[in-house]
Amino acid sequence: MAKENVVVIGGGPCGIEVARNLRDLGYTPILLEQQSELGGHLRLWDRLFPEGVEARKVLKELTGDLKGVKWFTDVNIESIQKSRKGYTVNVDTGMSFQTKALVVTTGFKLFPAENKQEYGYNIYERVITNADLEQYFHTRKDPRIQNPKTIGFVHCVGSRDEKACNRQCSKVCCATAVKQASEIKELFPDAIVYCFYMDLRLFGRSYEDMYLTAQRKYGVRFIRGRVSEVSEDIDGKLFVKAEDTLLGKPMKMKLDLLVLMTGILPGDSTKQLSEMLKIQTGEDGFFTPRDTILEPCMAKDGGLFMAGTCTGPKTIPETLSEARAAAIQVHKYLSK
Amino acid sequence: MLYKGKQKIWADYQKEIPDDHWFYVRSCIRQNFFPASEVTFLRILRDELGKDIYETPHHTTCGGIAYHQECIPQETQMTIIARQFALMTEAGYENYACSCITSFGLYCETLETWHEMPEVLERIRENLWKACRREFNIPKYLAHSSDLVYKFRNEIAEKAKYRLVNRYTGEPLKVVEHIGCHYAKMFPSKGVGGAEYPYVLVGMAESWGGNVIDYPERRHCCGYGFRQYHVKANRGYSISNTHKKFESMEPYHPDFIVTNCPGCPYFLDRWQYVIAEQTGKTYGGDGQGIPVLTYEEMAGLVLGYNPWDIGMQTHQIAVEPLLDKIGVEYDESKKYLGTGGKPLPEPEFPMNIRCC
Repeated sequence: MAKENVVVIGGGPCGIEVARNLRDLGYTPILLEQQSELGGHLRLWDRLFPEGVEARKVLKELTGDLKGVKWFTDVNIESIQKSRKGYTVNVDTGMSFQTKALVVTTGFKLFPAENKQEYGYNIYERVITNADLEQYFHTRKDPRIQNPKTIGFVHCVGSRDEKACNRQCSKVCCATAVKQASEIKELFPDAIVYCFYMDLRLFGRSYEDMYLTAQRKYGVRFIRGRVSEVSEDIDGKLFVKAEDTLLGKPMKMKLDLLVLMTGILPGDSTKQLSEMLKIQTGEDGFFTPRDTILEPCMAKDGGLFMAGTCTGPKTIPETLSEARAAAIQVHKYLSK
Repeated sequence: MLYKGKQKIWADYQKEIPDDHWFYVRSCIRQNFFPASEVTFLRILRDELGKDIYETPHHTTCGGIAYHQECIPQETQMTIIARQFALMTEAGYENYACSCITSFGLYCETLETWHEMPEVLERIRENLWKACRREFNIPKYLAHSSDLVYKFRNEIAEKAKYRLVNRYTGEPLKVVEHIGCHYAKMFPSKGVGGAEYPYVLVGMAESWGGNVIDYPERRHCCGYGFRQYHVKANRGYSISNTHKKFESMEPYHPDFIVTNCPGCPYFLDRWQYVIAEQTGKTYGGDGQGIPVLTYEEMAGLVLGYNPWDIGMQTHQIAVEPLLDKIGVEYDESKKYLGTGGKPLPEPEFPMNIRCC
């Protein structure tokens, strides 16, 4: 008997893990990814907190065993029809897929740092993002990073910021900042590294150790306060104004490098899919599951499932756990 | 600095500025500090460009100075603005242009308040009717007068007699542009170029041959800041702000500063004298200061107007070194002659800053 198809939209770590688990449960997952490679943001990251595991190793592990998964890259969803039998997913390459259960794992996008104009991303050369820094950690090539002696990290860029139209916390940026601050200190031991934060929201196992190590071993200086503006001096150094709210004093400093910890926003395809599939979204733009506590992987419509960061910011382990949970929910639904 | 990044922001923050038929209101401060700037604005718009710019002697202050010093309640200030709009309505205009940056910010704030709270608008209409039996329409377009000069910058460039180029070196003049805080910091979308990298003065300076400097304290207040200056005990803050800006721009050796605010040219100009008296330090070449121009003066200069007709002799910092760099012809002996050649009192020369 032919195995039943299940379409998974989004080929990041979550979509891959859903597909792998569905395969293990006896289905033929059809994984659709709009980028030219599977892996999502994990492809662009160097190491993962808290232990510093190589992102590529994790991705290799995930993608190394896709036997039995039909996956397609460079495909965009054109339309989705719902009928009594399930869903018909039409993609721009002309293919069409029938499925009784549809899993959405469309992930997130990073806040466009240039939208916080006062920080000068794409205006001042030595202002980079957390994603740029991960690329540098991997390639060790970036003309903007030339043996910096003073480095700043700005937390909450585009998160917890009404002005940026995103009130929510992005959950993973504080831990990423602490990780990156320690990593850059390893590379440039003479550098003075500052982290400008509002609150440090580090909540997972070993995260506190990572934070203490950043202070004790690497001497990262944590300053509670926001950066107000960035400009450039005549030598091309960054001139940064901030406030230390614990000391109650404004600060001005010159930095060689400023890293903006861009937050997490709903992915570009979230809005399109929410319209196609009539999935409810919250004020933050992420998909809203049927029940955020008891049924976080299920949409209101039967046969429609969701997992990973399309329902809000998550760490990689949380994403993978949710992917496995979604696969089981699909199996339970199809086994009825 | 990545110029392309700024260009992208500038492209995002453009606003619609009608071509003609404007109701124009002057600034309380500018009429006293640099009265010729507003005359020059009208001369350029009317005589050079043939535009219809209407003004009435019946308009008053917008109430901004009192409002920002918390001397009058917002409702009173909004009623004053409503009366200005009534004058515009009675004159048959829909486009409202103001000379003052603080007025512009206050008009934006008032219109936004009325938009968000229509019940307040109704109350203000009632207030105005009770006070002076006037009615008003909300302007279709609101602009600061620098927006209009920006809009016509290329037409002005075509008519220009001079360019903002150092005739001795052939290099573009180095221009510091200073935007009034109330222009776009409160409502970025209302200003050409937005709040962080405003383009309104950059566009003019670049169109006329200059090269604009981006220096660390570019966004900082000129030092006026209402309560910093008008509350006498706070004047130390005023001059320390100005001092901070000059220290920051000094390494770039600017040829001049251009502003679009009533207070900024005054304080950036006059405090240079005070700083020189207090510290002995000057920021221009050869013991001089850095000339500070209004955008109308900058436009008037490139159009070849007599610098004494556009009020350049009212500046504390001597403008002659700048005129010489541009190649502007002037007669030094006529610097302090008033209307009809009547001699005006000449100022005393300060001790520590050269004024030619």
